[in-house]
Amino acid sequence: MRLPLKSGWLLVLPFLLLVGGLFLGPILNVLWISVTEPAPGFGNYAQLGSSDTLRRILWTTLRVCVMCTAFSVILGYSIAYAMVHATGPAQSRMLGLLLISFWISVLVRTFSWLMLLGRNGVVNSTLDALGIISAPIPFMRNELGVLIGMVHYMVPYAVLPIFAAMQSIDGRVVQASRSLGGSGAQTFWRIYLPMTKPGVVAASLVVFIINLGFYVIPAVLGGGKVLMVAEYISVQVLITLQWGTAAMLAAILLFGVLALMFLMSRFMKLSTVFGGART
Amino acid sequence: MTKGNGSLCLTSLSKRYGAFTAVDNVNLQIEKGEFLTLLGPSGSGKTTLLMMIAGFQDISEGDILLGGVSIAQTPAEKRNFGMVFQGYALFPHMSVHDNIAYPLSVRRRPKAEIDARVAEMLDLVRLNGFAKRLPKELSGGQQQRVALARALCFAPPVLLLDEPLGALDKKLRVEVQAQLKEIHRRVGTTFVYVTHDQEEALSMSDRIVIMQNGRIEQVGTPADLYQNPKTAFAASFLGKSNFLHRDDAVFALRPEKIDLSPEGQGMGANKVSGVVLSVTYFGAVLKYQVEVPGMDPIEVDVDAWRSGQALPQGARVDLTWADSAAVRLLDQSL
Repeated sequence: MRLPLKSGWLLVLPFLLLVGGLFLGPILNVLWISVTEPAPGFGNYAQLGSSDTLRRILWTTLRVCVMCTAFSVILGYSIAYAMVHATGPAQSRMLGLLLISFWISVLVRTFSWLMLLGRNGVVNSTLDALGIISAPIPFMRNELGVLIGMVHYMVPYAVLPIFAAMQSIDGRVVQASRSLGGSGAQTFWRIYLPMTKPGVVAASLVVFIINLGFYVIPAVLGGGKVLMVAEYISVQVLITLQWGTAAMLAAILLFGVLALMFLMSRFMKLSTVFGGART
Repeated sequence: MTKGNGSLCLTSLSKRYGAFTAVDNVNLQIEKGEFLTLLGPSGSGKTTLLMMIAGFQDISEGDILLGGVSIAQTPAEKRNFGMVFQGYALFPHMSVHDNIAYPLSVRRRPKAEIDARVAEMLDLVRLNGFAKRLPKELSGGQQQRVALARALCFAPPVLLLDEPLGALDKKLRVEVQAQLKEIHRRVGTTFVYVTHDQEEALSMSDRIVIMQNGRIEQVGTPADLYQNPKTAFAASFLGKSNFLHRDDAVFALRPEKIDLSPEGQGMGANKVSGVVLSVTYFGAVLKYQVEVPGMDPIEVDVDAWRSGQALPQGARVDLTWADSAAVRLLDQSL
């Protein structure tokens, strides 16, 4: 027997309540705070025009996110390419290694980098012992450190959608290009890369969106020197108690992500980016 | 319009994977402008052989000469062979025009020349007006023609075709076979065609190479192979055959070369008597299975129109045939 539409809604009602109460509610609350605290109006948003600090933080966030996305996707593309062309057992091993790094807590990974790349870390002390450097290389407490940590965290997110796109390519298409006179480089730029474009776009989108909200890595590896939006929001909420500013920044992040997805949807079907069936 | 010498010479060509030999000591001369078909069941090595000619498979032993020059070490993209793949392998993100233009555009030809040539190719495969479509907007038969146009666009001396009609339905196939043959006649390129479909091989080829287990079983014109098979495999893979054992030799006898008549009325150099096991009506022919004592059941094809009423199952019949109808095979036994 088919359920009439009404009882269908009844079945998903608990889930709708959960989403509405625990997800949409708080988001609307944040948006509300951003235009009411400390005084009603768009005063918080006006700070974007007046405050150099806020502008600098947003600019840093954008710059780090773009660089991290670029490096992660390029690295991810190379890894996915190697995986697709590896034979069965080697491919499983590579996928295993990738997933292990995927599963290790971001805290563990971030502090590992601190141990490796700190002033007295393994890398600096080894180079020093070998006499290659006289002063420690400043890896940490700067954008380089944040970038290393973030790229390391994001690479698996970049690999998986690109890997899926590469797997769906028919090898005969590549052979066809070669048989028609296309060199290796021509085949890559004109055939292979365009055919993996959906995977690259998906990877960029996912990596960039996750990057925007990064908190732990910039806080630990940046050592307070690289202030990004998420960390600044937490400072506003927990220390200076300027909830209005914090809510405004959160709203900006939210709209930024939505705008990005809207932009992407103009170019391609989002369902393909997120693994839906291609039509 | 073909440039270069399209004659191919394969000498002692072999391909081994460890202990397995996919292509075993193949020697073959392919003439310029010839339509040559590699025919065999799956696993016979025909596709591996084609991939070796194309440059996608390494050669274990032997050599490939194009117009007398070895191309064994030449990478695929430098061989200038056109290729039509099983499943067509069109570039899904490019329009029909860009697909066909690809071989010229990677050779950095001027745009005017490319556009003129693409128009000419669209004309050849009768797809005028489809230039802006994407491959997924075309039917299977149309995609197949785009693949052909793309492979012929740069006037290659040799065109390699790997079961290009495999994905088409029967009716369309016959139609495309005729078109392919016509295109071959017009462009004068050497065609090397791989198929497992004997009808396709018979109807299109100048010569057929029958392959089995990586080896060449027999080479010849369609008529030559059909009338004079040398082995039981050739006789049964290309058409149907009855096998007769006489004086320690094996003979192949085509079903349509046997005359069937009611018992006592048979006249011919060779005659056996038997009982009709079954008779099946196929429109143009009646296919009889006849039980003859001491032999495997013999298959006989009879012209349904000329023979009139079919003889019923269980009828006693005489089978007769001329001496020239039975072909002695090289196989000593089966």
